[in-house]
Amino acid sequence: MSQHTVKSFDEELSHLANILARMGGLAEAQLASALQALSRRDSELAARVVASDQRIDELEQEVQNFTVRMLALRQPVAADLRHIVAALKISSEIERIGDYAANVAKRALVLNQLPAVKPLSAVLHMATLVQEILKEVLDATVEQDLDKAIRVWNRDEEVDDMYTGLFRELLTYMMEDPRTITACSHLMFMAKNIERIGDHATNIAEVLHFVVNGTALKGARPKGGGGGLDIEGGH
Amino acid sequence: MTDIPAVRLKRRHAAERRFRVIGLVAIVMALGVLAVLLTTVIVKSSSAFVGAQIALDVTFDADAIDPADLGAADWQGLAKKAAEARFGVGDDRRLVRSAGAMLSSGAAEDLRKLVQSDPSVIGGTRRVWVTASVDVDQTMKGHVPADPDADGARLNAAQMEWLTALRASGDAALHFNRRLFTSGDSREPELAGLWGAVVGSLYSLTITLAISFPIGVAAAIYLEEFAPRNKFTHVIEVNINNLAAVPSIVFGLLGLEIFLNVFGLPRSAPLVGGLVLALICLPTIIIAGRAALKAVPPSIRQAAQGLGASKLQTVTHHVLPLAMPGVLTGTILGMAHALGESAPLLMIGMVAFIVDIPRTPLDPAAVLPVQVFLWADSPERAFVEKTSAAIIVLLVFLALMNLAAILLRKKFERRW
Amino acid sequence: MTDTEHHVSKAKVSARDVNVHYGEKHALKHVDLEIREGEVTALIGPSGCGKSTFLRCINRMNDLVDTARVSGELVLDGQDIYHPSVDVVQLRARVGMVFQKPNPFPKSIYDNVAYGPRIHGLANDKTELDEIVRSSLEKAGLLGEVEDRLQEAGTGLSGGQQQRLCIARAIAVAPEVILMDEPCSALDPIATAKVEELIDELRENFTIVIVTHSMQQAARVSQRTAFFHLGELIEVGDTERIFTNPRHPLTQGYITGRFG
Ligand SMILES: Nc1ncnc2c1ncn2[C@@H]1O[C@H](COP(=O)(O)OP(=O)(O)OP(=O)(O)O)[C@@H](O)[C@H]1O
Ligand SMILES: [Mg+2]
Repeated sequence: MSQHTVKSFDEELSHLANILARMGGLAEAQLASALQALSRRDSELAARVVASDQRIDELEQEVQNFTVRMLALRQPVAADLRHIVAALKISSEIERIGDYAANVAKRALVLNQLPAVKPLSAVLHMATLVQEILKEVLDATVEQDLDKAIRVWNRDEEVDDMYTGLFRELLTYMMEDPRTITACSHLMFMAKNIERIGDHATNIAEVLHFVVNGTALKGARPKGGGGGLDIEGGH
Repeated sequence: MTDIPAVRLKRRHAAERRFRVIGLVAIVMALGVLAVLLTTVIVKSSSAFVGAQIALDVTFDADAIDPADLGAADWQGLAKKAAEARFGVGDDRRLVRSAGAMLSSGAAEDLRKLVQSDPSVIGGTRRVWVTASVDVDQTMKGHVPADPDADGARLNAAQMEWLTALRASGDAALHFNRRLFTSGDSREPELAGLWGAVVGSLYSLTITLAISFPIGVAAAIYLEEFAPRNKFTHVIEVNINNLAAVPSIVFGLLGLEIFLNVFGLPRSAPLVGGLVLALICLPTIIIAGRAALKAVPPSIRQAAQGLGASKLQTVTHHVLPLAMPGVLTGTILGMAHALGESAPLLMIGMVAFIVDIPRTPLDPAAVLPVQVFLWADSPERAFVEKTSAAIIVLLVFLALMNLAAILLRKKFERRW
Repeated sequence: MTDTEHHVSKAKVSARDVNVHYGEKHALKHVDLEIREGEVTALIGPSGCGKSTFLRCINRMNDLVDTARVSGELVLDGQDIYHPSVDVVQLRARVGMVFQKPNPFPKSIYDNVAYGPRIHGLANDKTELDEIVRSSLEKAGLLGEVEDRLQEAGTGLSGGQQQRLCIARAIAVAPEVILMDEPCSALDPIATAKVEELIDELRENFTIVIVTHSMQQAARVSQRTAFFHLGELIEVGDTERIFTNPRHPLTQGYITGRFG
């Protein structure tokens, strides 16, 4: 789209996009570091991840202040309005993602004190998929690429399926060897957190659809079904 | 860099100061000329508002006066007799004539009016102020030399002696000249008045106003509000503007040809004068009227028409009332122009010598500017001051008209 | 580009292929637009795009412009406005107008409002006229402010009050449609808010068409918005949709402030 007549408006919009990109990058890095801390049993790294979650929170606060300011001063409409509102939503999604990454790191700290358990590799496998999804959705956001976003949105199903499988695996493992219950339940929460990160990534894809098209993404949201959900309800 | 604007600024300020000074000088000069003009006229005219009168003991002989037919009596004879008695002239024919010449022919009228208002004086003797002759009048005012031998003197030695005696006893004095405002024109300067001309002017102007105002305003409204903008209306417009610049004598010729020769209206009548003056007024009224209508903001017209007012309603309810002050100003300007106009009236015979006060607009009459012209043209010395007096009256007339205009405008303006 | 979003009410005014020429200039090009009954329709678009021209077609104010030629069909309640049998005076009683600049008559407040009813003979006697004046001022939200000075000059009011007086004056004739050409452009935010609130209330009884240069105002007061550009109607639709998700790039560009 062409430039605004008021140039500073354009500058503000791109500033907003910049903050979002930075947040996205940070969240990605946080997740990657948390997973690394987990796979390498690196407690020091895990501690760093937990500490730097604050950065994302700060950025979210900045986005919030900035969007409120723009809404008040620019009174945006149409695409501009959608952009700004979307920035607000996306920032809070990313903040949640950051929180989950930090939570994974926290649990890695505990897990590192316990003996290693086998299903860890399955969790890491699912995490890789979520990482990919997250990267893609963040790229789509920066590029305003709707196709990419829709692809991401559809992939969430894979994550959900994987999570259901993982859930069963962990359950079986714990029944086989009750000594691993502590470690496995931590893993299970981690898996849940990672699955949630996937959900937030799809949320971002939906927001992106609204930004570009002005309408909500139609059709049932892909949701992993099965026993996992039933049990989750019991928490 | 900064010096150049400073220099320019200085120059601009200097130019502005110069302009103001020039404007001020122009105004002061104009005011000065006006003041000189007014003072000369006023100074010259002041003596015209008084006239010399002589107090005589008149015997109203019952035999000589028939109360039923006052006009038949020899009033002048009574006055002369009283004068002869007063001056003690005896039988000297020359002195008798001189004594009679001390009195104006208006003395007869003075006596008759007295008897008319108070018939009881018949058969008795009364001290009466009668109008003195113009020679006495001019001598008393100092306009001609008092020395009987001097060049230009009007009174002979005997008359001068009598006058001195009369003045010493307080029996000769300058009194307010009522005739100036109550009678018509006359060959005798001491009897000549302006009333005939004032009435003639009033008649003419009334007719002018009655004709030019409605026609002018209607024309202005039509041209400004209704007429389509095309070549035809453009031509009309140009012609109206040109008419305003046509020399007024041309309108006189037109009046002579159309009103007198074609329609056979009476000569010298205020009716015809009014018609001719109306022609002269019209362009001024139309032009001023159009300007005033144009000055009414279009938003008012839109507001009215947006509410469903028709075009005529819009004009009569809103536009015309708002334009009225301007229209009135234009009308008064035109009327003032007409009031001062004499040339076209000469063409239709309003320059005739008319003694009677016109009773209808069809009677022959003079108008003020023509009266000024006639008197200024008169060789008689005493008419010089009369001319100035007539000018003053004309100016007062004008001032009154302008005052009326201002009051009218105020009244209309108060309605916002 | 008429769209088929929820058809709540019937069309009060419909324009079909309306063209306006000012001499050689083609100021309005093939406009098809429906003004729905009981709604506020906002006309937006850059300066000179023909909004006022379209507005003035609806009560035939363009008749007053010598050079203006209108073609096409404009229908008010099934009746062609430009049909020769239509009396303009009658039409303007049905379609009132409020102008950009408040233009009260230089008369008293009372006379301003009473003028329309007087020329159309809407009141039989003084009491009826009083009633009309009071209720119109009331509806215009002005009565409280001017109740004790009805005989004072209408021009002595503040700008916002003057504009509401002009609205009262238009309402007094009991029109069916009220056209407003940038009614708030000379008003401060408070006065603007009052007029906007008024427009919202008037919607119950009148069909309103408003031209405005303020996007926010169009968004606030109207249910439908029509976007004009260079004499053409580019897009019309529910205001909500136009301001969140306009379809045409020109509309998008205009309302977000990136024209070029
Ligand atoms: N009386 C007229 N004579 C000639 N051209 C006119 C006349 N009125 C308007 N126009 C032209 O028609 C076009 C549309 O004018 P219009 O007044 O409808 O614009 P608008 O959308 O109301 O603009 P704005 O927002 O500035 O009021 C403009 O290009 C204008 O120059
Ligand atoms: Mg306009």
